[in-house]
Amino acid sequence: MNFPVLSVITFTPIVAALIILMMPAHRRNETRVVALASATFALILSIWVYFSYDQAAAGYQFIEKYNWLPALGISLHFGVDGMSTPLVLLTGVVMFTGVLISWGDEDPHVKAGIQDRPREFFAFLFLLAGGVFGVFVSLDLFMLFFFYEIAVFPMYLLIAIWGWVVTREYAAMKLTLYLFIGSVVSLVGALVMYWMQYKNTGILSFDMLVMEQAGFSQAFQNLWFLPVFFGFAVLGGIWPFHNWSPDGHVAAPTAVSMFHAGVLMKLGAFAALRVGIMLLPDGARHWSWLIMAFAAIAVVYGAYIAFVQTDLKYMIGFSSVSHMGLVMLGLSTLNQNGLTGAGVQMFSHGVMTALFFAITGMIYDRSHTRMIPELGGMMKIMPFAGVGFIIGGLVSMGMPGFSGFVAEFPIFMGVWETQWLVAVIASISIVITAAYIMMNIRKVFFSELPEKLEGHVGDITVLDKIAIVALCLLMVGLGLFPGLMVPMVEAGALNILRLLGGA
Amino acid sequence: MDFIATHLLSTILFFPAIAALVIFFLPKDEANLHRWFALGASLVPFALSLYAWFNFRTIQPGYQFEEIYPWYTAIGSSLHLGVDGLSLSMVLLTTLLTPLAILASFSITDRTKAYMMLFLFLETGMLGVFMSIDLLVFFVFWEIGLVPMYFLINQWGSANRNYASLKFMIYTMGGSLGLLLAVQLLGVLFKTYDLQVITEQWATYTAAIGGVPASTFKTIAFWAFVIAFAVKVPLWPFHTWLPDAHTEAPTAGSMILAGVLLKLGAYGFLRLILPLYPEQAKAFAGALAFLAVAAIVFGAFASYAQTDFKRLVAYSSVNHMGFVVLGIAAAAFAVGTDDARIALNGAILQMFNHGLSAAGMFFLVGVIYERTHTRNLEEFGGLFPLVPVYGGILIFTSMASLGLPGLNGFISEFLVVRGSFGVGVNSVPVMAIYTAVAMLGLLFTGAYILKGIKKVLHGPLNEHWAHGEHKLTEINTREIIVMVPLMALILWIGLYPAWILDVINKAVVMLF
Amino acid sequence: MYNATMFASILPEILILVLGIFILVVEPFWKEEKRRNVGWLTAGGLLAAMVISFLFAQPGAPTTTLGGMVRFDWLGFFFKMLFMFAGVVTALLFMDNEKIGHRGEAYLLLLASLLGMDLMAVSADLVMLYLAIETTSIPLYILSGFMLADDKSTEAGFKYLLFGALASTIMLYGFSLVFGFAGTTDLYQLADMLKAGSLPLLTAFGTLALILVGLGFKVSLVPFHFWAPDVYEGAPTPVSGFLSTASKAAGFAVLVRLFFVAFPGYAVSWTTAIAILSAITMTVGNLLTLQQTNIKRLLAYSSIAHAGYTLIGVVALSQLGAASVVFYMAAYIATNLLAFGIVMAFSRVTGLDEIRDYAGLSRRSPLLGLMMLAAFLSLAGMPPFGGFVAKVFVFAAGVQADYTWLVVVGIINSIIGVYYYLNVLKYVYLYRMPNEDEENLPIPLTRPYTIALVVLVVGVILIGTVFAPWFSWSDAAALNLF
Repeated sequence: MNFPVLSVITFTPIVAALIILMMPAHRRNETRVVALASATFALILSIWVYFSYDQAAAGYQFIEKYNWLPALGISLHFGVDGMSTPLVLLTGVVMFTGVLISWGDEDPHVKAGIQDRPREFFAFLFLLAGGVFGVFVSLDLFMLFFFYEIAVFPMYLLIAIWGWVVTREYAAMKLTLYLFIGSVVSLVGALVMYWMQYKNTGILSFDMLVMEQAGFSQAFQNLWFLPVFFGFAVLGGIWPFHNWSPDGHVAAPTAVSMFHAGVLMKLGAFAALRVGIMLLPDGARHWSWLIMAFAAIAVVYGAYIAFVQTDLKYMIGFSSVSHMGLVMLGLSTLNQNGLTGAGVQMFSHGVMTALFFAITGMIYDRSHTRMIPELGGMMKIMPFAGVGFIIGGLVSMGMPGFSGFVAEFPIFMGVWETQWLVAVIASISIVITAAYIMMNIRKVFFSELPEKLEGHVGDITVLDKIAIVALCLLMVGLGLFPGLMVPMVEAGALNILRLLGGA
Repeated sequence: MDFIATHLLSTILFFPAIAALVIFFLPKDEANLHRWFALGASLVPFALSLYAWFNFRTIQPGYQFEEIYPWYTAIGSSLHLGVDGLSLSMVLLTTLLTPLAILASFSITDRTKAYMMLFLFLETGMLGVFMSIDLLVFFVFWEIGLVPMYFLINQWGSANRNYASLKFMIYTMGGSLGLLLAVQLLGVLFKTYDLQVITEQWATYTAAIGGVPASTFKTIAFWAFVIAFAVKVPLWPFHTWLPDAHTEAPTAGSMILAGVLLKLGAYGFLRLILPLYPEQAKAFAGALAFLAVAAIVFGAFASYAQTDFKRLVAYSSVNHMGFVVLGIAAAAFAVGTDDARIALNGAILQMFNHGLSAAGMFFLVGVIYERTHTRNLEEFGGLFPLVPVYGGILIFTSMASLGLPGLNGFISEFLVVRGSFGVGVNSVPVMAIYTAVAMLGLLFTGAYILKGIKKVLHGPLNEHWAHGEHKLTEINTREIIVMVPLMALILWIGLYPAWILDVINKAVVMLF
Repeated sequence: MYNATMFASILPEILILVLGIFILVVEPFWKEEKRRNVGWLTAGGLLAAMVISFLFAQPGAPTTTLGGMVRFDWLGFFFKMLFMFAGVVTALLFMDNEKIGHRGEAYLLLLASLLGMDLMAVSADLVMLYLAIETTSIPLYILSGFMLADDKSTEAGFKYLLFGALASTIMLYGFSLVFGFAGTTDLYQLADMLKAGSLPLLTAFGTLALILVGLGFKVSLVPFHFWAPDVYEGAPTPVSGFLSTASKAAGFAVLVRLFFVAFPGYAVSWTTAIAILSAITMTVGNLLTLQQTNIKRLLAYSSIAHAGYTLIGVVALSQLGAASVVFYMAAYIATNLLAFGIVMAFSRVTGLDEIRDYAGLSRRSPLLGLMMLAAFLSLAGMPPFGGFVAKVFVFAAGVQADYTWLVVVGIINSIIGVYYYLNVLKYVYLYRMPNEDEENLPIPLTRPYTIALVVLVVGVILIGTVFAPWFSWSDAAALNLF
């Protein structure tokens, strides 16, 4: 394998962002075409990586390593394992669908997608995507932070510029500060680990594969696990550091919400796993009870808060908190089922919320409201979106046959293996989720169309439909054939268990 | 043909779902096309299950037509299908009722495409429960069936459908929560979900779990199972969703709901609870019997008190399903005795019979509702002269429901009562009392059914329906076609139950 | 007696001097309206000087030349290159400033100050050092007050002069005390003379404190920062840019050399003191920045905060620490010059420099908006810009030296920084002008600006992505200190 596919994937969006920035501002359609072309290219590559990942061999594959700063042991070290490969695919999918639903239209009467400065929008969005890819494929701690920050700051601009007028400034700043705080806290931890490794082994390296062998003492791990893990977990929306997330979702433009909930939150969970748990396994074991407690609270609390929301986006935002709580719950089990489930849940939830936000965005673009009581009858107007939303809802409820079930089930099994009481408590969320999802689907899609909306609300575009179909297929496909993804994630989980000393 | 022979169950199982996908690609406005296609598609599984029925070797122990495909290997679950006498009769019931329900839905005009698709998906969901011998897959189908049913009630139901559908969904999901957790626990303990393996190991499992003694845990898990299935059966006091759901569902939805979905719960008792928790089942059989008797008695009382025809029939389901659970409870008390087997035979046959008669009753309620747009018993009266054919069919089906000897209901209820009384006499005296009380309930069964017939068919004619635009029209050919197979089976089983009892009995003997 | 190394060690200075004399000679022959072209000449000349120095005057093993006055090593050389680069850019930025662009003497003063800075970076003797500092400062005093017609500029010049003179007097006093205790002014011998314990701690500490006052003034450490915001605001903007970058870097060059080379024996006392100073500087700088509504004052106060971050590297007292200081300065020079350059380009067209005046900038000039994005994100410490890597290195050095608390303070401060930098970007990208007619009010860039700004943006991004070469040079420079 000589083709440096991972760096091509990572740099495709970044290069595309630069190209788009250099295009003249008035060539709006050309900008969109370039965006779609590069998103498609990245998607194809990520699909290719996904299917050519050798599940039997497991471990890190497609490895590329370039010395970047040998003096400090920084290298551009890329590679994917069973945990990150699905996430790379997820990013590709969300990027692709995000471009589709942000397409916009030159006809001012069509209110859909991004109308204002599409050039800058796509450029920032792609910068974000590049950062996300970078985090998922980086095996070097320094580069991981590098890409992590790249993924964070475009969020500010994207939300502040193209977001919902009412809250965008507040939400964008809140989000950026939360995430930045989280990441720098982790950064301190990472630097401490770096020097501790040097003290222990005399090796100066940010390479995580090297750091795995650093032999940190139990006391050290106990002390530093918390900042490292929780710093990242902020981005994963862990309770009680979650409250930037729903605000951010609500304020963000559609494609950014998709990225935010679909991918960025995974970034946090993934980095917390890769850096926190994998490099400080003993610390993880020491503190797993705390994460489990927080996660269990997040699962139930998030679902309950989602239940009482009247804004569609807030509802989805809080349901994300609940679902990401499940990811954290899976991680906190530190056993094979839990980790596998967490990995699958990251993918499943990513696709699901991306779909939710896409459809919510479509509804909002056309009806100019997201308040559930003000909506109704959308099934007649946009049946496609309605079916998509229902499928998303079923995934969200953990309905068997859909990806949510495939993901949640092992998580719960993992929890059973460690602390059965938590499984019982967390399972309450399933019923709450079912209740609000069903109620809201009914209200938004099936009740009478309010008079206010009659006449001027139209169906979604073809591009929107393509995006919905793509996302739905993934969820149903994974739900019916878990074998498509689970063995891969399982291999990744086994690798983590190896570090944890078990299995 | 070879393919079908080796993949018989999976073909039966997935054919409706695939047909549903095909309907998705049919043109949107061709209502008749959707109807006939769906009907045709649902006849295929019926034909195949008849084939299975006749090729089923009753004397062979264990599951037949077994198929196994890897599904969720990471947690040790596979798509493991197989049927024994118990499940095969349920499969037959399902594949029989589905085409009839679809035929009954020909009067649906609104969004036929989505309707038919949901119906076919529903069939797959139900069949999956009966066929799977993998606990996880069982659960998957168990839950998945809810979704189409929810939408059928929610979209094509009557006035109060939103409340009813949500209640149905939340009750069932809430009830299944314990089941979900218990299933997870079993999966964690045994690293597999294969029912046969779990059955063998769990019954004798003694190690503590998470610091809690196995016996305690088993008791909790037992109740988790019981609640999940009891909600579905529904057993008193978990039955409150049922009158709402049945009443609001469209006619065909009620048919399937009463005919098959309730059987899922009872099937769960038989397939999972008795084999997995013999000790707990025995220990708590008294409680179960109590609940069953309560369901019989209160169901009958409640039914009698209704003024809504459909609600009356709905409560009758509570009453009838109570007998199923009574039989099961009796069997749990005295596993292995002849009395237990008789009770079980009765219970299973009662499941089948109730499927036939309840489906028929709901359909007949639907027939008259479509014409009068009311279900209020007070607004009917003396309709027999107007619609003699309908009246005859209604009386016939009601009699089956009432337990008239010569029709199927009598056979199964007699067996249940005989079995549980036998258990009462021979081993557990309290069962005798329960049985006696249940008999009291049976008395009221007669009362409410006769009340229903009287209010609808007899008494002074409500002139409103006799003339003009409200003039009641006779049951039409399509509707008669729906009823004919049901009535034929009702009569056949009533006169000659051996053909089906043979299959059931052999299964019971091998299982318990 | 004389040898090639001797010339090589001060080749850049010689070239700057030649350039200055050349300008002095040709400038009177140019017509008034063509005087602006002196900027091209200065920039080109400095660039040539850089190239020539780079080709012919690279240091080898560290040596002391010119009678112990000058240290010829990578530390000095790298800093010189940075200063001259800043000089090139500043000269370009001078050109289209209507107050100073056509005044030949402004360029001369710039060169004179550069000369001083170059010498500051290489001074190996206290006397030389003092002279170099004064050579740097005096032209800057004048430049700050260059716009005589403008009250604020006059005030800036005067204020800078008064504070500067006071600070350098105090520092001179410190130098003389050192000489008195040690009997030598040679930095490289001081270390031997002032071995740990040879002086009472309080005396040593007091002396170092005196010196620190002078240098603290130069790099604008709290509490010696009072002059900075007023001067930055009042002085011609290119001069502010130069002051806040090159001048500050020169201060750090001295700080590093002085403290690492001359006073390692008293490390315990002064690292703690500097650590505290660093924490205070960052915090005060940032908190004051929060309230600013004028973009120049914002940059001024935030530059105080940046001095605080950089000090973490000094506190670390390690090779990585020194390297991170050098690296930080390199990144900071490019970034802050970029920021000031944009401010200049903007106010040249609009005449405004309140933050709220930047509303709609990204629609008026998308290019300028993007550059502003790069500059401010780099200042905020976001990749892929130089500021991120620089901060990480400084923090890494701090952690290595077990100054984790200081790093935590630094991190809290950079969070505040993110807040106010993003706040500015909010105006640039989010808000619109009152009449929403941005399309009709473009902000054209003249050629010198375009060149300078593009070079700087590329530089900021290169430092932030391909950081290996920059770090190797910084590291080589740092190596010379040990």
